[in-house]
Amino acid sequence: MEYVDSLTGFRLDGRRPNDMRQIRGEIGVVAKADGSALFEMGNTKVIAAVYGPREVRCEYSMANFSTGDRTRRPKGDRRSTEISLVIRQTMEACILVHLMPRSQIDIFVQVLQADGGTRSACINAATLALADAGIPMRDIVTSCSAGYLSSTPLLDLNYVEDSAGGPDVTVGILGKMDKVTLLQMDSKLPIDIFENVMQLAIEGCKAIAQYIREVLLENTKLLESRKGL
Amino acid sequence: MLQSKSFAKKTKQGRVIKVVREHYLRDDIYCGATFCKVCDTSAARLSASASATILIVDTNVVLNQIDLLENPKIDDVVVLSVVLEEVRHKNLSVYNRVKALCTNPLRKFFVFSNEHHRDTYVKDMIGESPNDRNDRAIRVAARWYQIHLGESTQILLITNDRENKKRATEEGISAETVESYVKSLGKPDLLDLVVLSSSVDVPMEDVEDLRPSKKKIIYSEHKPMSEVTSGLLHGIYHQGKLRVNRYNPFEAYVGSESISEEIVICGRANMNRAFHGDIVAVELLPQDQWRDGKSLIIDDDDDDEEEVHLVPNSADDVPRFENPVQPTSGSSPPVSSHPPGRVVGIIKRNWHSYCGSLDPMPMPAGNAGVAHALFASKDRRIPKIRIQTRQLGNLLDKRIIVAVDSWDCLSRYPSGHYVLLIENDINSRPFSSQVLACLPPLPWSLSLEDLANSNREDLRHLRVFSVDPPGCRDIDDALHCKPLGNGNFEVGVHIADVTNFVLPGTPLDEEASQRGTSVYLVERRIDMLPKSLTEDICSLCSDVERLSFSVIWELTPDANIVSTRYTKSAIKSCAALSYVEAQARMDDSRLMDPLTTDLRNLNSLAKIMRLRRIKRGALTLASPEVKFQIDTETHDPLDIGMYQIREANQMIEEFMLAANISVAEKILKHFSLCSLLRRHPSPTKEMLEPLLRTAAAVGLDLDVSSSKALADSLDRAVGDDPYFNKLIRILATRCMTQAIYFSSGDLSPSEFSHYGLAAPIYTHFTSPIRRYADVIVHRLLAAALGISRLPPIFMDGPQLTSIADNLNYRHRNAQMASRASVELHTVIFFRNRPTDTEARILKIKSNGFIVFVPKFGIEGPVYLVAKDKGSSDWVVDEAHQKVTKAGTKITYGILQTVRIHMEVVEPQPNRPKLQLTLII
Repeated sequence: MEYVDSLTGFRLDGRRPNDMRQIRGEIGVVAKADGSALFEMGNTKVIAAVYGPREVRCEYSMANFSTGDRTRRPKGDRRSTEISLVIRQTMEACILVHLMPRSQIDIFVQVLQADGGTRSACINAATLALADAGIPMRDIVTSCSAGYLSSTPLLDLNYVEDSAGGPDVTVGILGKMDKVTLLQMDSKLPIDIFENVMQLAIEGCKAIAQYIREVLLENTKLLESRKGL
Repeated sequence: MLQSKSFAKKTKQGRVIKVVREHYLRDDIYCGATFCKVCDTSAARLSASASATILIVDTNVVLNQIDLLENPKIDDVVVLSVVLEEVRHKNLSVYNRVKALCTNPLRKFFVFSNEHHRDTYVKDMIGESPNDRNDRAIRVAARWYQIHLGESTQILLITNDRENKKRATEEGISAETVESYVKSLGKPDLLDLVVLSSSVDVPMEDVEDLRPSKKKIIYSEHKPMSEVTSGLLHGIYHQGKLRVNRYNPFEAYVGSESISEEIVICGRANMNRAFHGDIVAVELLPQDQWRDGKSLIIDDDDDDEEEVHLVPNSADDVPRFENPVQPTSGSSPPVSSHPPGRVVGIIKRNWHSYCGSLDPMPMPAGNAGVAHALFASKDRRIPKIRIQTRQLGNLLDKRIIVAVDSWDCLSRYPSGHYVLLIENDINSRPFSSQVLACLPPLPWSLSLEDLANSNREDLRHLRVFSVDPPGCRDIDDALHCKPLGNGNFEVGVHIADVTNFVLPGTPLDEEASQRGTSVYLVERRIDMLPKSLTEDICSLCSDVERLSFSVIWELTPDANIVSTRYTKSAIKSCAALSYVEAQARMDDSRLMDPLTTDLRNLNSLAKIMRLRRIKRGALTLASPEVKFQIDTETHDPLDIGMYQIREANQMIEEFMLAANISVAEKILKHFSLCSLLRRHPSPTKEMLEPLLRTAAAVGLDLDVSSSKALADSLDRAVGDDPYFNKLIRILATRCMTQAIYFSSGDLSPSEFSHYGLAAPIYTHFTSPIRRYADVIVHRLLAAALGISRLPPIFMDGPQLTSIADNLNYRHRNAQMASRASVELHTVIFFRNRPTDTEARILKIKSNGFIVFVPKFGIEGPVYLVAKDKGSSDWVVDEAHQKVTKAGTKITYGILQTVRIHMEVVEPQPNRPKLQLTLII
């Protein structure tokens, strides 16, 4: 299958190789939680709730209705466990845990709708929720994926592109500190192409970080006005 | 920049699943007109003048009139992405041709992504069929173009769909049919390319039906697809590929998986418009219509007869015969082992272009008028094709190429139109300027940089030489042999370092990968790489310094490999010998110079290696290769004869095989999933059937349980005359399939083996100048040695597979072209030289027999029964493969020697053929 049209240069859904899907973030969607956020990357929609500070734990789950066919998913299957671990480790790397000894932070992320890139969307949602909960962090962690199909590096793969079975690089970075906290890849790539693909994913992360900052700023302004400052 | 709206699409696949996909609409898609002031014109391809006419074509126009679109007189065409998508779904080969047009920088074809443009995207309407929706999308895009480019530019929608045209006119878009547009251009030669759509194939048709309504229905209607599918499901119909008998175009076979035997289809009516190679659905005829399968060479019909042709070299080239009836002693009427059937539907057409000439016919009154002519293909398995032309005078007596358009049940012959192409799909065009730009400048010489490269060993001090056929200019292999102190030999095979010049991803590389192989014709060669590379820069000529890729072994005197080394190198060949020269040097006991000593050492090593290989079970097969001596001025063949194989040939072959095997081992060790290897599948029992039957007829017992057993029994098959063994080997060779390239990731290691060579793995490394497979293997080997990085293409499994498939296809085409070329020259040779010669009977048929002429490497039929006479005084016993002249003692059996007379006759103009007659 041709994932990038050789004549027009467009991907199947009309994006150019370097285009990200439309992203949207919303803070405070679960009132009871200490911090919460909803994050959308195209059709992928993820909700995150943070309770704490206690001790960092993370739980990833996918809603039964998130994918095309509605199936009951057992909790704690291999995939969820792995993604939970990935998110936990990524988050631990940026939370200033030494400020909160012997305490627990619970991060619950649930995929409401899956269309590729759930891992990245979860990390972005978790970041937003952690910020909402006011948990001290080194920097905002953001994540984005990139792949390599039809001999072209592609940013932010959707489900169709993801299931093509090509290489898929997920990167998480601390934008201001220029540090990589997460790097995963399926399949194989020659090293020089890998670098290009990873660079593209990092550009995507930076764009998301920019957007998340805007969302947070807006939220803070909203809080300010509510307090009547 | 990103104007995104997302929408939902619903697809059903078995269970109903709602699939949601995003579809981004954008505002940065440009119109592609060079004169446009609003758009970004950097990628524009359409005309520069604002007063031009821009054509927008619909799907059916692209599908049916691709030959017209390919004509350079048609330009300024916008191909909408919705049209491209539909074309891709319906016909992949047309899609590839349009794609080539759209990327050709010389043509003004522009692809407009109307589906992603904010203003031209159309939403599905409730109750609207996909076809109607796409037609509407085309109209919306046409209107957008008209508004976007303004009134001065004429936008013309080309459609043959009456409904679409009407609506377009209503919406204020100018629309025309293909015929009326081309007529308005006033170029009669273009009109020939226009396919006149018949009312059956394209129901929405704009030409009035001029035909008389009461026309005889010649063929039964094909069953609708739904009925065919359900019939296949219930086992009433059988699906398979139709293969027309090369000896009798009115008889065809369908091999189906649902039924163990092959189904035989007799007569054009039962074949029901199916072409050779089509995938068809077949229904078995009721038992009472089964006729006993007498294998005639040809039915008595109006068509011409069988031609003499070259001896096939493998099972793939062999014309098929029907199995003779096994006599069941004293039983009721013999029933053929093949059930007869008839075609009820065609699942997939295998139509392409065919090469041939027009049947002679008188010029119609008024030269400019349209004439209908019958085209007879060179391949007799293809029925005659009716074409319409306005330039009959031009086409008569010429070899032309015709494409098939349609065949409805009212007409006896399929209709087609005339195009110009190259048969066997071989690209013989000169290399483009982009390709030539990749070549290093001439004169090329070894540079210091090449020598300074730490990966390249300087082997110029070695006594390297090459042995090739006389007159060979593209020398891609050379050898050296050096005795070592410990009694062992250092033997090196040096192969031209083509990959040093052909870098991956360059236009030169792409062109070579497309061509796949050089094609050797009798009097010329169609190169895979440009001449300066093949004959100069890469060719390992004598006394010049050249780059090479070397495999160097240390061999013990009994030819065991002690160690193997691979390296890029620089060499200087000291002699370019021919096989004859090399042989003469070895045979001349007076010569004691170092070069001759090397040759003798190599030869003794090669003999040991060869013996060992044969012990392992390698087959010594034989193919009667024919060699022509060509008159240098007239290019007419002067003499013809079998190619003589000497010890020197076998010596070179042995070391090339060894190098290929060593390289295959090395690359497979490093890249177990993406190596390009070559395998030769073991022949199945059915494939060896003809050989066994022939052998049984002469009282020979062959053991075919393994290649080793077959090789041994072939060795034992010694008849009373010296040629007998060779004949049996030739027969064995044609039962085998051809070896094929494959990617090691696609098969399990047990399937890698090469049957003919009895080697567990094999590849092609030694001829990179003329085979692209070797270029790939060179790159793999270089990567395995860490000299260069592996090009990313190797990471892509499917792509490597498709390269391997293309190589197999090109390889086969090249062989067919070579055979055709030899056949043509055979006819030219015998035109003025009627000859009497000896021949061997290969097969006995009910009205004659097939003979093989060893001296000229050809085979063909000898008729004992005259065509117009029903009976003759020959009694043919097909079961025992014997023919006796009634009342006499003259009997011919299989493999027996007969005298025949060969003569070229010309029953129809421009179609000369060789006729063989028996001399008693």
